[in-house]
Amino acid sequence: MLQAGEWAYSETLKEHFMNPKNILQGENTDDFDGVGMEGNLQCGDQMMVVIKVDREKDVITDCQWKTYGCASAIASTSVLSEMVKGRTLDAAFNISPKEVAIELGGLPDNKIHCSVLGDKALRAAINDYYTRNGMTDRVKKEQVKVICQCMNVTDHDIEDAVLEGARTYLELQEHTKLGTVCGQCKDEAEVLLGKYKHIHFGV
Amino acid sequence: MGDMKVYFDHNATTPLHPEVKKEMIAAMEMFGNPSSMHAYGREARANVEASRKSVAEFIGATDEEIIFVGSGSEANNTVLSLFVCATNQCVGGCGMRSTIITTRIEHPCVLETAECLAHRGANVKYLDVDRYGKIDLDQLHGMLGDDVGLVSVMMANNEIGTLQDIEAITKMVHASGAYMHTDAVQAVGKVPVDVRQLGVDFLTISGHKIYGPKGVGALFVKKGVSYCPLIRGGHQERGRRAGTENTLGILGLGRAVEMRTLEMPEEHARMLRLKKALQEGIEAQIDDISINGHPTDSLAGTLNVSFEGVEGEAVLLYLDLEGIAVSTGSACASGSLDPSHVLMATGVDAERAHGSIRFSMGRESTMQEVDYLLDVLPRTIKRIRNMSTAYVKGGVHAASR
Repeated sequence: MLQAGEWAYSETLKEHFMNPKNILQGENTDDFDGVGMEGNLQCGDQMMVVIKVDREKDVITDCQWKTYGCASAIASTSVLSEMVKGRTLDAAFNISPKEVAIELGGLPDNKIHCSVLGDKALRAAINDYYTRNGMTDRVKKEQVKVICQCMNVTDHDIEDAVLEGARTYLELQEHTKLGTVCGQCKDEAEVLLGKYKHIHFGV
Repeated sequence: MGDMKVYFDHNATTPLHPEVKKEMIAAMEMFGNPSSMHAYGREARANVEASRKSVAEFIGATDEEIIFVGSGSEANNTVLSLFVCATNQCVGGCGMRSTIITTRIEHPCVLETAECLAHRGANVKYLDVDRYGKIDLDQLHGMLGDDVGLVSVMMANNEIGTLQDIEAITKMVHASGAYMHTDAVQAVGKVPVDVRQLGVDFLTISGHKIYGPKGVGALFVKKGVSYCPLIRGGHQERGRRAGTENTLGILGLGRAVEMRTLEMPEEHARMLRLKKALQEGIEAQIDDISINGHPTDSLAGTLNVSFEGVEGEAVLLYLDLEGIAVSTGSACASGSLDPSHVLMATGVDAERAHGSIRFSMGRESTMQEVDYLLDVLPRTIKRIRNMSTAYVKGGVHAASR
């Protein structure tokens, strides 16, 4: 008989959940150079990332956070805050959810969407830093493309649906309502479906 | 902390009663097929029938009204599926009465079956519930008519513990000419259940919720009510449920209800004391909480609380690390993206549903366990709130953009 103790999560994730690193203490963010927040409480996940930046070197020197969410959300923000310290702003900006998941020793499929918010909040914090310091030319808006005009579904929505478990066109439609009116976007949506499946799950 | 273990998740499942375990271990050598006429078969048959008698007595039914099934879910699937039959041969008049009424807070095995039956042509109507989880009898009255074949309302809710007045509901349902089913999986063994007093036509029981084994349940079908099996192809259970009987499971279920008869009366008051202590302790030590479910018409051992600013799965897992087992209505713990459909139906907002924790106590629960929980829980909630964005200065969106 197998004994209890095996978590649904990796040991690394469990360690970051038990002893989260770099939690922002209190509410004051005045000492930080950039603040970013993503998600909302109704959806069950919200993350805030705050950073300090060495202007000369263009490097993140400190990163703290707050997270409302489940164990993998807490652990993924914790591990992200460790990953970005010492990185240049450009390198930090390009951290993907997949890198966070790898650093955590993997995530269950249905938990991957929980790790997507941390890097988004980080990018928001970096953009906030650029804005505050008159470097608006460096602010990088995430490129969003509307794929399904009828239901206003973007490439990001498709990516989110894949992260939430959609694997087939039908499941994508169930998640996003994409292509349920005129249906003209089907080909483009299927290409993106394949792309995001490959990026996030290697299939 | 020490090695204290606290199991407060009895609505999910219960440990075997020591007497049940003893009985089942003693019966391990029994392998006969109850359908066989020889000595091996007769031994198995005798034990299955003795259990049937125990279950029947426990709910005030007769032996032939009890069908052993594989689970509460199977029993519920069976009853609902009776009412979608194009031939009209099995349940008389159901072709004319193709509407099924149920509630928004049923177990998924009822809701998803109802959804499937709707795809197959049934008309399904859902009763709303108030903030305490009670259905509205006026709304039911408005829905009842000569098109309704079955009404299915759970007796006690698994998540919030709210009890429905099945007796009154059944009277209304019968007056309209429909059949009445109640999923009593969470009620049986916790509150007195008498099928004659309730008047129901169908009632569902599960073994593992009452300190019996998993993989066995019982369905009460009132004598004279038309019936059609869900699993066909055998004469077992008087042709009402094919498949060789789960003899050990049935034996365990029989012993479990016998033990419930002995222990239930004393237990109720004790459960209420524990729940009161738990609720008062939480209210005294933790701010920004709300109690879900009915203040009085509720299972004595079930307490559902929403903690603002925290997500349930994190609470569950931090408590697990300290040896405490509870469950949550958060989406993350369920694997879906939606929080508890029960809490949402009572009008609780999504955030509070994500932050809901169900404590369900049982026969072995003690005041020491409640005290230990009240020691661990406040600091756990404080710790999670300290890392939560919900308390960021100036409201939740002040820092973003």
